[in-house]
Amino acid sequence: MPKLVIDGQEIEVEDGLTLIQACELAGVEIPRFCYHERLSIAGNCRMCLVEVAGMPKPVASCHMSVNDLRPGQDGSPPQIMTSTATVKKAREGVMEFLLINHPLDCPICDQGGECDLQDQAMAYGVDASRFALNKRAVEDKNIGPLIKTIMTRCIHCTRCVRFMTEVAGVEELGAIGRGEDMEITTYLERGMTSELSGNVIDLCPVGALTSKPYAFTARPWELRKTESIDAMDAVGSNIRIDSRGREVLRVLPRNHDDVNEEWISDKTRFIWDGLRTQRLDKPFVRRRGRLEPTSWDEALSAAAKRIKAAKPSRVAVLAGDLTGAEELFALKDLSKRLGVKSIDCRPAGSGLDPKLGRASYLFNTTIAGIDQCDAILFIGSNPRLEASVINARIRQRWRDGGLKVGLIGERSDLTYEYEFLGAGPQTLADLVKNKSGFYRALKSAKRPMIIVGETAVTRPDGKAVLALAAKLAGEVGAVTKNWSGFNVLHTGAGRVAGLDLGFVPSAEGKDAAAILDGVKKGRFDVVYLLGADEFDLKRGHDTFFIYQGSHGDRGAHLADVIFPGAAYTEKSATYLNTEGRPQMTARAVFPPGEAREDWTIIRALSDVLDQTLPYDTRAQLRAAMYRAVPHFAALDEIEPASSTALTALAKKRATMAKEPFGSAFGDFYLTNPIARASAIMGEMSALIAAGGEGATGTDG
Amino acid sequence: MSVRRLDINQPDEFSFSKENERWAADQLKKYPKDKQASAVIPLLWRAQEQADGWLPEPAIRYVADLLAMPQIRVLEIATFYTMFNLSPVGRHFVQLCGTTPCWLRGAEDLKEVCRRVIGEPGQVREDGQFSWIEVECLGACVNAPMVQINADYYEDLTPESLEALLEDLAEGREVATGPQVERTNACPMGGPTTLLNGGAQRQTRSTPTRAPAKAKIKTLRKARKGGPDRLIEISGIGPKIENQLYELGIFHFDQVAAWTKADVAWINEQLRFKGRIEREGWIAQAKVLAKNAGGAS
Repeated sequence: MPKLVIDGQEIEVEDGLTLIQACELAGVEIPRFCYHERLSIAGNCRMCLVEVAGMPKPVASCHMSVNDLRPGQDGSPPQIMTSTATVKKAREGVMEFLLINHPLDCPICDQGGECDLQDQAMAYGVDASRFALNKRAVEDKNIGPLIKTIMTRCIHCTRCVRFMTEVAGVEELGAIGRGEDMEITTYLERGMTSELSGNVIDLCPVGALTSKPYAFTARPWELRKTESIDAMDAVGSNIRIDSRGREVLRVLPRNHDDVNEEWISDKTRFIWDGLRTQRLDKPFVRRRGRLEPTSWDEALSAAAKRIKAAKPSRVAVLAGDLTGAEELFALKDLSKRLGVKSIDCRPAGSGLDPKLGRASYLFNTTIAGIDQCDAILFIGSNPRLEASVINARIRQRWRDGGLKVGLIGERSDLTYEYEFLGAGPQTLADLVKNKSGFYRALKSAKRPMIIVGETAVTRPDGKAVLALAAKLAGEVGAVTKNWSGFNVLHTGAGRVAGLDLGFVPSAEGKDAAAILDGVKKGRFDVVYLLGADEFDLKRGHDTFFIYQGSHGDRGAHLADVIFPGAAYTEKSATYLNTEGRPQMTARAVFPPGEAREDWTIIRALSDVLDQTLPYDTRAQLRAAMYRAVPHFAALDEIEPASSTALTALAKKRATMAKEPFGSAFGDFYLTNPIARASAIMGEMSALIAAGGEGATGTDG
Repeated sequence: MSVRRLDINQPDEFSFSKENERWAADQLKKYPKDKQASAVIPLLWRAQEQADGWLPEPAIRYVADLLAMPQIRVLEIATFYTMFNLSPVGRHFVQLCGTTPCWLRGAEDLKEVCRRVIGEPGQVREDGQFSWIEVECLGACVNAPMVQINADYYEDLTPESLEALLEDLAEGREVATGPQVERTNACPMGGPTTLLNGGAQRQTRSTPTRAPAKAKIKTLRKARKGGPDRLIEISGIGPKIENQLYELGIFHFDQVAAWTKADVAWINEQLRFKGRIEREGWIAQAKVLAKNAGGAS
C-alpha cells in the first residue's frame, strides 16, 4: 500500500494502480484521450502528463505505476504535482500537436458538445495555430451501416482498436501505416460485424467515429436524457435514452459494474428507429376481414363481449418477450378473476417452471460472478448473440487466463476458445454418465459454471435437459454454500419477471405449447396476446385474437382487436434481468397517438369486463405487486435463490431426445417486433447475411 | 513518408511455391505453440521475394491465414514497414539514399538521373526494367552517395557512373557491386592510410600533391602584394577550403574568376568534392568580388 502525496494531499493507494487512478482517487481529474479504464494501456496520447518530484521530465500518468515511484531523499512519500506551470505547459504542448492535424470543423461535427478534445482544448488549447503548413487529410472509411467515419478527425488514440481486439474479441479494426499517416480502418474497409461495435462510438474521444443513423440529427444539449433499462435481451443493460420532443433519437449505455459495465450491444443501441415505424397508434377492430381503426371504447367492448361470451377454459393468454412486470401482474390478476387458467409467458415447449424453484431459472452466479469462475459449460446457448455483453464479460475472464470453456450445442465463434463437446442432449447424458472429458475439468474447477441456454430447455425434453444439467451441477460441485454455478441464460427481457410472478398455467390450465396446439384444433374461443409475436399462430376456427402491443408485427396481423400499447421507452415498467435483478425503466417519450401504457389498458378492460382491478394508479398497482412478490421492490438488488430447489430438480428423471440443440434465434438483429421494424437492424441483418462485405463494398 | 496504399491492380490469388511452403513450415517450428505469429515478417518477406519484389494483397491474406492471424493485423505490419512494397516494382528496384551524408555528397544529382532515366519515384519504367524510390539512410554513409538495387549496394556514385550502371543493368551486362570508384570497400581513396605494412610509415595527412602536369591553371607561388583575398567571402568556401586553395596557389578572386572548365575539374579533383563549384557559382561570385576589389583599390 504505497503512500503518495498528490497536490499536497497525502493518500494511500492499492498496489498496482497507475498514477492516473491514484489521482482519480485523490479527486484530481487528469485529462486523457487514449487511456480508458476498461482497456489496456497504450500511453500514446501524452495528455495525462504530470510532474513527479525528482523526475527530470513530466511523466505519462496512465502508464506509471504507483509502485515505481521513489520516495524523497528524506524518505517522504513521492510527490506528484498535477497543476504546476510545467504540467500545464507540457499539456498545452501536447494539445497543440494534437490540434495540428485536427480539423476545425466542430460546427459540423456530431461530437460537438460531447467531445473530449473540444472540452480539453478549452483548458489546454491556445487560441491560434502556429502551424503554417497544410493539415493532414485522411480518406473516410466505410465500415458498415452503424458507424460513420470522418478519419481526418482521428487523433490516433487507438481506443477503438483496443476495444475491438480486447473486449469485443473480433479483430476487425486496425491501424495501418505509421506516424502521421497512420489510419484506422478495417481490412479493405469491410463492414464491422461485431455485435458490440457501436461502443467504439462512445469510446472515440473525438468525432472520428460517430453514429451513422444519428448523423446530423441533434446536438447533445438539445436532448432530454432519461435513465432507463434496455429490453432487447435479458441482460438488463443500463441505458440512457436521449429524446427530443416525441422522438427517441439515440440510446447510450450507462455504467453499471455488475451488469453491463459500460457496454451495450448494437441491438440495444441502434434499435431506436424501430420505435417510430410500424407503430400501433390507434385501437383497431376487424370488420369483414379487415382491420379498421376505431375508438378505445369500441375496441374494449368488442374484446369484452367475446371474453364474456367464452368459457374461461376456452380463453388463453400468452405474453411476449418485451412485457414489463406491471402489465404481467395486472393481466395475471385479471385472468385469475375471470377464471382463465391457460396463461403462459414462456416460449412454446419451455421446460422452465417456477414450481421447480427460483434457482432453476435464474442466472444464479450473477453476471459479476463470472469474474470468479474457472470453468464454464454452455448447454445449448450462444451467449454472443443471446447476451452479447455477458459474452464480453466471459471473454474478459478468459483473457485473464485459467478459464476452461466447453460447449454442447451449435458451433459458433464465441470470440474465445472453447472445447466443442457435442451438439445435442446425448452428449450431456454421456458427460454425466461417463464422468470423463470435460466433466473432469468441471469437477477439478473451484468455481464451475453451467450455463443452460433457452434453446436447450425449450423443446419436448426441455425439463429432462434442465434436470440433467442440475444433476451435473450438483455432481461437479457447482452448487455449494458459497457458489451457485447453475445458470439459465434467458433471451426475453420479460421472462424472469413472468416466471417470478407465476405467469404460467395453473393446475388444469394449458401451457404455451398446448395453447398453440389447441388453437390449431379450435379449442379456444379467445386468445389474448400481450406483446406476443414469436408464437407460431394462424387465424382460423373462429378464434378471436386480441393483440396488445406496440408494433404492427406478427401478433397484430392475427388480431381481431388491437390495443395499442407502449414500447419499453414509453413507460415506467419493471424488468428482471436473467439474474433476477429488478430494474425499472423510465418514460422517455409518450406513446404515439392513442397508445397507452400497457397496465392501464388491462385496467380499462377489467372495468368493461366488470372485474375491475383494485388499482387506479401505477403506485397502487406496484404496491399490490410488491405484496405478491416482495423482492420486486428491492430495485437493483438480487434476491438469491435457494439452491435446495436444484437438488430436488437434479433428482428428477426423464429421457432425452436425440435432436441437437438449435439456436435461440435465426438472426441476432431481428429478434423482436421493434427490431423487425428498424431499418438499421434490417441493414445489419443483410450485411451479416452477405458475409460482412456485400452491403458496404470496398469502394467507400 | 507518405500514405501507403495497396495497389489498385491485384492478382487474384497467391500461394507459396512448394519450396517456400517447406521453408515456411521450418520457420514456424522456430516458435513455441500459439506464438507462430512471430514468423509474420520473414513470411511476408519471402512472399515479397516470390511475387517479384512486391507484396500483393492476396499474399497478405495468405500469410494471415497461414499464421491464423486476423488479416487486419498482417495488413498493419505490411503497411508499417516501408521495406514491404505494396505496388509492383521494376526488375531492378533502385532504392536511393537521400539522407544527410548522401545528400551532401550529391544524392540530389543522382535523383535527377533516376528521374531522367527511370521516371517519377514509385513508377515502373514502361519496359518493366526499373523503378526507384528515395529511402532513408541505408548505413553506407562512408561510401556516400549510394543506391541499393535489389539486394546489392552500389556506392561512391556520380551521376555519370549511376547512369552507366543503370544502362549496364538494362542491357544485362555484368556489373560490379560496391564502390564505383577506385576504392576497396570503405578504404580511403587512393589506398589505405593506416595499418600499412608493419605499421612503420604512418602517412600524415599530407598537403595535396602539386598540380599534375596537364593542368594549365594559373597558380601563384605566393600572394601578390597586399596579401591574399579573403576567399571565404565566396559563399560555399569556408576557412578550410580557403586554406586548401591557398596551398594550391589560389590566392585571389580574379584567379578564381578566370577558371576554365578544365581548371574546375582539376580543382574538383584536388579538393575531392564534386560539383560544388558549379552548384554554388564560385566563378560568378568571384567575378563580382574581383571587380569590387579592383574598384576599391
